[in-house]
Amino acid sequence: MARRSVTKAHKKIQELSWEPTFVTKDPKYKTDYKLTKGGQKDAMKQVMQSYFPMQEEKDHRVYGAIDGAIRGNMWRQVQPRWMEWQKLFLSIIPFPEISAARAMPLLTEALPNPEIHNGLAFQMIDEVRHSTIQMNLKREYMRNYIDPAGFDITERAFSNNYAGTIGRQFGEGFITGDAITACNIYLQVIAETAFTNTLFVAMPSEAAANGDYLLPTVFLSVQSDESRHMNNGYGTLLMALAHDENKDLIERDMRYAWWNNHAVVDAAIGTFIDYGSKDRRKDRESYAEMWRRWVYDDYYRSYLVPLEKYGLTVPHDLVEEAWDRIWNKWYVHNTAQFFATGWFANYWRIDPMTEEDFEWFEHKYPGWYDRFGKWWEHYRDLSEPNGHKPIAFENTGYVYPCRCWTCMVPCMQREDTVLDYVDGEWRTYCSETCHWTDKVAFREEYNGRPTPAMGRLTGKREWETLYHGWDLEDVFKDLGYVRNDGKTLVPQPHVHFDDSKMWTLDHVRGIEFQSPRVLINEMSDEERDKWYEDYKKGFTINNTL
Amino acid sequence: MSELRPVTEAGGRGERSIPKIILTDAEAGAAKFAGSDSRSYNYFEPKGRRATKYEDVTVDVQPDPKRWLSQSWLYGWPNGDLGYDPRWTRMQTTNWHRFRDPNEEWERTIYINNANSVRQIQNSIENAKSENVFQDWNKSWLPILAKHLSAWAHADHGLGMYVFMPAQRAGMTNMHNNAISVNCMHKLRTAQDIMLYNLELTELFPGEFDGEVHQEVWLNDPAWQGVRENVERLMNATDWVQLCFASNIVFEPLVGELFRSGFIMRFAPAHNDFLTPSVIGVSEREFNDRDLTYTVEMMKDFLGDETHGEANKEVMEEWLAEWVPYSIAAARGLEPIWSEPEIQPVSFEQSFERARNRFEAILSDLGLRVPEEVTL
Ligand SMILES: [Fe+2]
Ligand SMILES: [Fe+2]
Ligand SMILES: [Zn+2]
Repeated sequence: MARRSVTKAHKKIQELSWEPTFVTKDPKYKTDYKLTKGGQKDAMKQVMQSYFPMQEEKDHRVYGAIDGAIRGNMWRQVQPRWMEWQKLFLSIIPFPEISAARAMPLLTEALPNPEIHNGLAFQMIDEVRHSTIQMNLKREYMRNYIDPAGFDITERAFSNNYAGTIGRQFGEGFITGDAITACNIYLQVIAETAFTNTLFVAMPSEAAANGDYLLPTVFLSVQSDESRHMNNGYGTLLMALAHDENKDLIERDMRYAWWNNHAVVDAAIGTFIDYGSKDRRKDRESYAEMWRRWVYDDYYRSYLVPLEKYGLTVPHDLVEEAWDRIWNKWYVHNTAQFFATGWFANYWRIDPMTEEDFEWFEHKYPGWYDRFGKWWEHYRDLSEPNGHKPIAFENTGYVYPCRCWTCMVPCMQREDTVLDYVDGEWRTYCSETCHWTDKVAFREEYNGRPTPAMGRLTGKREWETLYHGWDLEDVFKDLGYVRNDGKTLVPQPHVHFDDSKMWTLDHVRGIEFQSPRVLINEMSDEERDKWYEDYKKGFTINNTL
Repeated sequence: MSELRPVTEAGGRGERSIPKIILTDAEAGAAKFAGSDSRSYNYFEPKGRRATKYEDVTVDVQPDPKRWLSQSWLYGWPNGDLGYDPRWTRMQTTNWHRFRDPNEEWERTIYINNANSVRQIQNSIENAKSENVFQDWNKSWLPILAKHLSAWAHADHGLGMYVFMPAQRAGMTNMHNNAISVNCMHKLRTAQDIMLYNLELTELFPGEFDGEVHQEVWLNDPAWQGVRENVERLMNATDWVQLCFASNIVFEPLVGELFRSGFIMRFAPAHNDFLTPSVIGVSEREFNDRDLTYTVEMMKDFLGDETHGEANKEVMEEWLAEWVPYSIAAARGLEPIWSEPEIQPVSFEQSFERARNRFEAILSDLGLRVPEEVTL
């Protein structure tokens, strides 16, 4: 359709909405925000008749490229180090995508603005597109990559894995609780507007550098839908900003959503980009550099800060604190180290780092070797089964971390860890903000005002609790992370495709697994105080094993 | 992987930095080791002998604490409901994950099918324009299209945006919710198809076609108030299975098909309008071939459950008792419009009789009976 006729068509379809009179419309999803009818326009002005053919055309390009990659045997040049992390990433991401689709009715119900509803409908089906296009990409990886184990159990593993769970909260954050908090601030204003560039633009460029041309094809096509979604989010945000009494809630939600997105997305994508790549050219961007460009400059300075003209205070301190965690507190590196420590609970392989990697890290993150070099040397030394246990159960000096109750990422910035008695139990948090999120934000009252629409943090939030006191062999069997020979493990701390170098159930039998949360709650007050003090001091990696 | 040899060296043009291409030999079959042959998703039971692509990209994407979701839902509702709560419908089942969308809709099919529908309508209109068929139209037919065909777009819009849209948040599996979300788009697209057709006719018949009268008709014409009431009541209902049932098993056959097939598609040719049936026929076929098909399959899955089938049947019959009267009233309310066109090839009773038979055939396929107190 020609653009001019789309504009006219878009105007015409506004005639479709009406105000019900036989029933008093009872929104199925609620918000504590005050919103008044109408207001914002939908700047994208799409109609179904322009949308479907346009998207179909995009699809043709994607599927043409997939055929090309298969025929051209892309996997001859794909880096296993990179592909292994896709077992995690692509197990997670289809759920947040489909959750974004499921989130749309929160706003179509709660937001009294039919013009925006139309934009939300496109977003809904876009997100169905994203979810299934990504599932299909993963299916191609499973069929064509040298080691399909881990792809073959993908959605099961996503559901029962600690890292899958961390990713899952990202999607669940879109769909439950206050409609504006979840769908607008968390999903549209923060996740989509701030973080999809790192997810869907930075990831593809790293994929391509590792010989994977398919991920860029799929994800850049996905990203091309995002401007519509950001636009939906902006219109809704302006509707919320129209009322002074919402400012408190917007500020609450921006703090929660910003911090939670940072904790989850930067942990995962940072690790993929810095530790999942074999491209060690010194002039290629590190995750920190990408973050500075996409998140700090493009999002924070160009989008978030200008919102202050509406009298809002945006979370400057938390943006700076996120940067501080990434740049000064080694957030991504701590995460990668934890992922590798926890390889025994993964469903993907983690390639040891080499001297070339060390050099790159030291160049990009000065001081890296002193902090992480030794540990990664130990990891490399312990990567093939040779009479020792998985690295987590050997004495490297590393202290297995407790988990943050809120973001569920381990409390890796040891000095920032918060311990508090909340809802009848001792909980640990990675940061003040995560503590506040649980204790203050997700409650039925905020700053003295009732917030009856606000969601709750639920579930068995510490993964380790499920397996406290179990034998590691039984943990593997329960998770289903055993290959189809009935004994070789799905995860391996290396990328050797050779049975003689692969870990099996025999290597993990007899190791008892423990949950920090259970232990902390069993301690006497005195023991707990001591534990907390020690934990905050951190650890030193032993020079020799 | 110990010897990774670059086959291209970067730097042919001096300053530019490009990643090296390295042959890794990481393709399927390059080595044999434990698990190297495990090349299908192994965590669900395919419906047929082998999993279809639809199943691969759909099943278990929405997890379930009763299946693999060991830490359960991480966000809950203030009233204590889970992120996805089985109590959001009165249907019960021993296995939510049995249902498969018989249309096997996933991203490719959604865009191919809907783009085809869009093209089909646009081509029909373009052909009609280039053959200038409009001069043969009986002009008395124009107000019928302006008022009634266009009023119907509101019903589609209401169902799409405020019935199926929220329903696709609530289902217990991705199979249910994706099928419902596709249904949602069919309705919204059809509503817009009708509006854009209205726009065409407004331009083709300047001064003769009232493009905006449909709003008044939908809100105030007594013939349409039953339809509007039915749609508005659906908009306020919450049980997601009930929404699909009351919309696609009850309302669409009794009212939607009655209007589309029993009125528009029968009356238009009599007024030399052969275009409108092909425009509205797209949505008629979509309902019959796709939306009704998945809904019937979904209901049969609940009805066939070895433990809860009987109880589910009782609930569905309660739903019939609740919704059939609204849809009958909506249908009967439309009766006056059968006498509006200049030429009347069929009476309301004849059209309604067909709709009723069709409805009863769907019910008998499902093994359901309309409660006795309800008069069809
Ligand atoms: Fe998306
Ligand atoms: Fe999106
Ligand atoms: Zn945290």
